[in-house]
Amino acid sequence: MCGIVGLFAKTDDVQARLGAHLASMLLEMNDRGPDSAGVAFYRRPAPAGGSKLTLHHPDLGYDWAALAAGAAAEFGGEPDVHRRDNHAVVTVDGPADEAEAWVDAAHPEVRLMSAGSVIEIYKEVGLPRAFVERFGVAELDGSHALGHTRMATESRVTTDGSHPFSTGLDLCLVHNGSLSNHNRVRKHLRREGIAFRTENDSEVAAGYLMWRMREGATLDQALEGCLEDLDGFYTFAVGTADGFAVLRDPIACKPAVLAETDEWVAMASEYRAIATLPGAEEARIWEPEPATVYSWERVAA
Amino acid sequence: MSATAGTVERVDLAATSLRDLNQRLHDQAKAAEPIGHWQVLNPSGAHALACGLDAPIEVEIMGHAGYYCAGMNKLATVTVHGNAGVGLAENIMSGVVRVTGNASQAAAATGRGGLVIVEGDASARCGISLKGADIVVRGSAGHMSAFMAQTGRMVVLGDAGDALGDSIYEARVYVRGAVRSLGADCVEKELLDEHRDEVSELLAAAGVEGVDPGEFRRYGSARKLYTFHVDNAGSY
Repeated sequence: MCGIVGLFAKTDDVQARLGAHLASMLLEMNDRGPDSAGVAFYRRPAPAGGSKLTLHHPDLGYDWAALAAGAAAEFGGEPDVHRRDNHAVVTVDGPADEAEAWVDAAHPEVRLMSAGSVIEIYKEVGLPRAFVERFGVAELDGSHALGHTRMATESRVTTDGSHPFSTGLDLCLVHNGSLSNHNRVRKHLRREGIAFRTENDSEVAAGYLMWRMREGATLDQALEGCLEDLDGFYTFAVGTADGFAVLRDPIACKPAVLAETDEWVAMASEYRAIATLPGAEEARIWEPEPATVYSWERVAA
Repeated sequence: MSATAGTVERVDLAATSLRDLNQRLHDQAKAAEPIGHWQVLNPSGAHALACGLDAPIEVEIMGHAGYYCAGMNKLATVTVHGNAGVGLAENIMSGVVRVTGNASQAAAATGRGGLVIVEGDASARCGISLKGADIVVRGSAGHMSAFMAQTGRMVVLGDAGDALGDSIYEARVYVRGAVRSLGADCVEKELLDEHRDEVSELLAAAGVEGVDPGEFRRYGSARKLYTFHVDNAGSY
């Protein structure tokens, strides 16, 4: 099964309460995915020239201050770290790819959840209801966010196997469905230099998008490539620095509902998640067509 | 229960559980004096609303419904004032199910009798494995609609998506707009007077006025697939 939710704010008010809205949407999808949950929030951009890393360490007593001090010594600036349960967001005064490489080398004990200028990814095993509490999802603000509740089918229930999957700087993917050719595609992508941490099928879709965009494809082109190269059932939602995109496979067995008002754009596996939003009863509501890429972007003011 | 004919029994799902609502609706089948008219408030996309009804009552759902709304309906008239999720009126036996907005996938799937009216668009696989029910879609129907439909009738005032009527048996499909593609063994057939009469009858039943039945095209089985060959009859 699995549940997907996404919310894109069009007003300051929705931005300020984005976490509260997304949390109530995610709670409605609790029963569709009781194994694990996760969210990607796009919020509070790093200062120009800087970047944000979201990191995970299973030990709640992990010394994040020391890690942040190390980053500041390496890149300059003041140490800047915000812990959220067993995750932490570290802001670094340097480009994201360099910060990522530094963490990999200096702190192999932590796992990178996301890297970029605005993205923060939090995910953990257990009931979505518990996840929302533990990580204080309702407190988060942001311009847009995606969430996922997982009912595992293709691989183990682990933090790494939870969604969203990072697919590159400021990019992430959530998936409802199952891919049938993921072993073959993973083998191909490994030869292309894409690294995988799990046997998870959705991670292969994330790796596929990463590879296509590394080779020069736009997000829309990379998603259209999925229609050719990925076999199986899927509704994908992809978060970008400026917005999000939705794609369903040509058979479209997996559900998706889109809704839009003057204040927000929302997507969810089921309408009942959207029903929690203000003005949902008056929203324009439709089902995305199969094999069609839908995307929203924030227009620079 | 004090309600009598002419009054409306309102059930607010913000205050009442779905199970209680459905139980009360089921109880009408055996009630000495059934409550004839119900309104369900704050449905908020809940699943299995008004499923398994078996009494000539009217149920109005005042908002959007989730999956399998009015499934297995018998005798009742159920109206959704909003959109409906997957599997609307699945296996409907009789009565009428109407949605004022859009219906998601597999509306009226396996329906054996009665009438399903979608005033907006129906999504993929509308009328899949239809077994005798009638469907009227005022908007468009999604891909693989009327897949393996055995008997019954489907009228689409808008367009139909890919693979309409794939592996269809004896159901009759009428589409006024464009058909993106026909499925295996589905062909266009001549629209005769009897078919115009049939379309008129279904449009009238659905409350559609001012539409000329001559604007529709008829689709059905070419009867060329394996099961239609007499040579294969001895295989069973």
